[in-house]
Amino acid sequence: MGKVLMKGNEVIAESAVHAGCKYFFGYPITPQSELVAYMARRLPEVGGLFLQAESEVAAINMVYGAASAGVRVMTSSSSPGFSLKQEGISYLAGAQLPAVIVNIARGGPGLGNIQPAQSDYFQVTKGGGHGDYHTPVLAPASLQEIVDLTKDAFDIADRYRTPVILLGDGMLGQMMEPVEFTEGTEIRKFAKPWATTGTLGDGPPRTITSLELDAESLEKRNWDLQQKFAVMKANEIRYETYLTEDADYIMVAFGTVARITMNAVNKAREAGVKVGLIRPISLWPFPEKPFLETRDRVKGYISVEMSAGQMVEDVRLVVEGHAQVDFFGRTGGIVPTQDEIFEKIMMAAGGVTV
Amino acid sequence: MLEEMIIAGFGGQGVMSMGQLIAYAGMLEGKGVSWLPSYGPEQRGGTANCAVVVSDEPVGSPVVTRPSTAIILNNPSFDKFEPCVRPGGLLIVNSSLVTKTSGREDIEMIEISATDMANDLGNSRVANMILLGAFLEQTKVVSEGAVIESLKKVLGEEKQHLIEVNKLALKKGAAFVGGRMVV
Amino acid sequence: MTMKIVFQKTSGLTDKPTHYCPGCTHGVIHRLVAEVLEEMGVLEDTVGVASVGCSVLSYEYFNCDMTQAAHGRAPAVATGVKRVLPDRMVFTYQGDGDLASIGISEVIHAAARGENITVIFVNNAIYGMTGGQMAPTSLIGQKTATTPYGRDVSVHGSPIKVCEMISVLDGAAYIERVSTHDVPHIQKAKKAIRRAFETQKRGGGFSMVEILSTCPTNWGLDPAESLEWVRDNMVPVYPLGVYKNKATGNL
Repeated sequence: MGKVLMKGNEVIAESAVHAGCKYFFGYPITPQSELVAYMARRLPEVGGLFLQAESEVAAINMVYGAASAGVRVMTSSSSPGFSLKQEGISYLAGAQLPAVIVNIARGGPGLGNIQPAQSDYFQVTKGGGHGDYHTPVLAPASLQEIVDLTKDAFDIADRYRTPVILLGDGMLGQMMEPVEFTEGTEIRKFAKPWATTGTLGDGPPRTITSLELDAESLEKRNWDLQQKFAVMKANEIRYETYLTEDADYIMVAFGTVARITMNAVNKAREAGVKVGLIRPISLWPFPEKPFLETRDRVKGYISVEMSAGQMVEDVRLVVEGHAQVDFFGRTGGIVPTQDEIFEKIMMAAGGVTV
Repeated sequence: MLEEMIIAGFGGQGVMSMGQLIAYAGMLEGKGVSWLPSYGPEQRGGTANCAVVVSDEPVGSPVVTRPSTAIILNNPSFDKFEPCVRPGGLLIVNSSLVTKTSGREDIEMIEISATDMANDLGNSRVANMILLGAFLEQTKVVSEGAVIESLKKVLGEEKQHLIEVNKLALKKGAAFVGGRMVV
Repeated sequence: MTMKIVFQKTSGLTDKPTHYCPGCTHGVIHRLVAEVLEEMGVLEDTVGVASVGCSVLSYEYFNCDMTQAAHGRAPAVATGVKRVLPDRMVFTYQGDGDLASIGISEVIHAAARGENITVIFVNNAIYGMTGGQMAPTSLIGQKTATTPYGRDVSVHGSPIKVCEMISVLDGAAYIERVSTHDVPHIQKAKKAIRRAFETQKRGGGFSMVEILSTCPTNWGLDPAESLEWVRDNMVPVYPLGVYKNKATGNL
């Protein structure tokens, strides 16, 4: 097919189609509306169904219904709308239904603004809704990476019967880059004997529910869920490291901010500072290994985020005091600049600005 | 080669599409490219800008805060971006609309009355292409041929008749730079 | 002497004893729905959507594939199921708190879209599961846990009349209100449920049957008094009848 120049939101949509997703229930919100519009146009072309719901709440529950009927299904939103979907995501997790939910995050709290932000990190990685659960979270940094991670998101959802979150920010959603879709890649099929499709005379009726009134039974179910999360932790961690082998300082950043940070790392290397970058791709499960491997030999880590400091808490949890952990962030929709990050690195390295 | 540019003006001046054409052309030439728009209410009637990166390497950050080139189509954008151009960088200004002039001596400035020239061509909407022609002539970031190839794809079936006037505008912008006295 | 079978429990219900209170008509309504599905021969093609409230465990009683929805969201969940499986019979089973309060948006929009599903709406004018609080359908003057001095129009507004409201939507194909306060009315209720499912079967669009029901426990009445209360107090506020039937031109 060759390379095409597309917007990030459109790439997510097309990637979902390539991953065999034929059902999408959405609701408009900036800065992800192109995704909804793309699906409205595209899904009928592949025999799929797009439906604009009356609210984010309805959309996520339509997703619940479609997932319970056994198909690959997606919905998308941005921060305020994503909050509305949290109830449904908890139900999906509790009822063990696979679905992919996109959050093209914007500035908060409340209505906030429509500029890019990463301040939904806590919400997406710590459960977000009520109850003891996690959802796998994948955070692409480039449009080409969206193609792969969207496919992975659907596979993870089906393999573990879990909602999976694809997290970007307004910048990723709005920007254009060349992407290449590989045609004819096999769509993995997962048997779904649990799906409530009508028995059609084949076996006893099935039930999908997150309700378990008996406390002991619910506790058992919750431990089973935890067991599932442990398997995800073993199998589904994704990350990238850049120039960490000899690094004195390691930057930590995800998504678009990792790209800006990488530029700053390059500039600092030119200035003679040994600095590297860890880019978590799966935010949950959080990649602990690259920290455990480096925490006893580096001087410090600096987490760079478009938030007031959220992922930095996970960094501190895994570094466990073995090294200094600092934070640099901008919030409210402000994107940290390469120069600011560079200054932060130079401050850490020498205590003086260049 | 790493060109990090800002194109800024009012919504409706073709600021966004100019950036997309450069990105598209870069992609056709096998370069690393990114296009990042300002978005939201400000782009409806207010100022609009986009950041374009063209590189021989895969693009790192798509965010441009210290542009190597800024193409400016209105006064508010001049105020905002003229000071950001990196030393040694290039500032291209549509002097039909921008009344200000840069006092900086560490950057190169091209003032081109693109709207007037576009009107001479009978289509004020191709002012952006005149600016683009000037930019390409000066920097050779992407080839004119790749831009015209991109234009054919971006314009779609029903607007192919606009190719000629756009080509003409590109050439006029290039000629302006080519024939300009460089001091 | 050989015994002749003259009556059998419907195969549309499981053998699990229900948890409903004595005198509650949920059990009757479950049986009506189950009998209709069995008689139409569609049990194996049916996906039911349970809601939140007293009927939250209905998925344990209906003998077909069942999905349990969040509070008020059953019509959205049913929409998801039906859009994926358009040839299956899909129904929701919702109470008045679930449908008329927290889920009013979902049911209105499902109806407006002409979603080809059937909604069984059980209206007993009170929240049962949580202990007898005011419902949107509680009557003026009705005492509940949250209206201890009686429902006051100036404070709580007036009861929501769901059939009247939904029937004005173009997407609504079959809308009827029935009652369970005596045997003739129960028989009428079954016919209404049958017509609703038949509407869905022929792809007619959104169908809903509102069924006036009892809550002896939270009303503080015995079962017989409860039936009289439905007849004497609810029916005058919630008039019975077909509010819309596109098939017969009853608009």
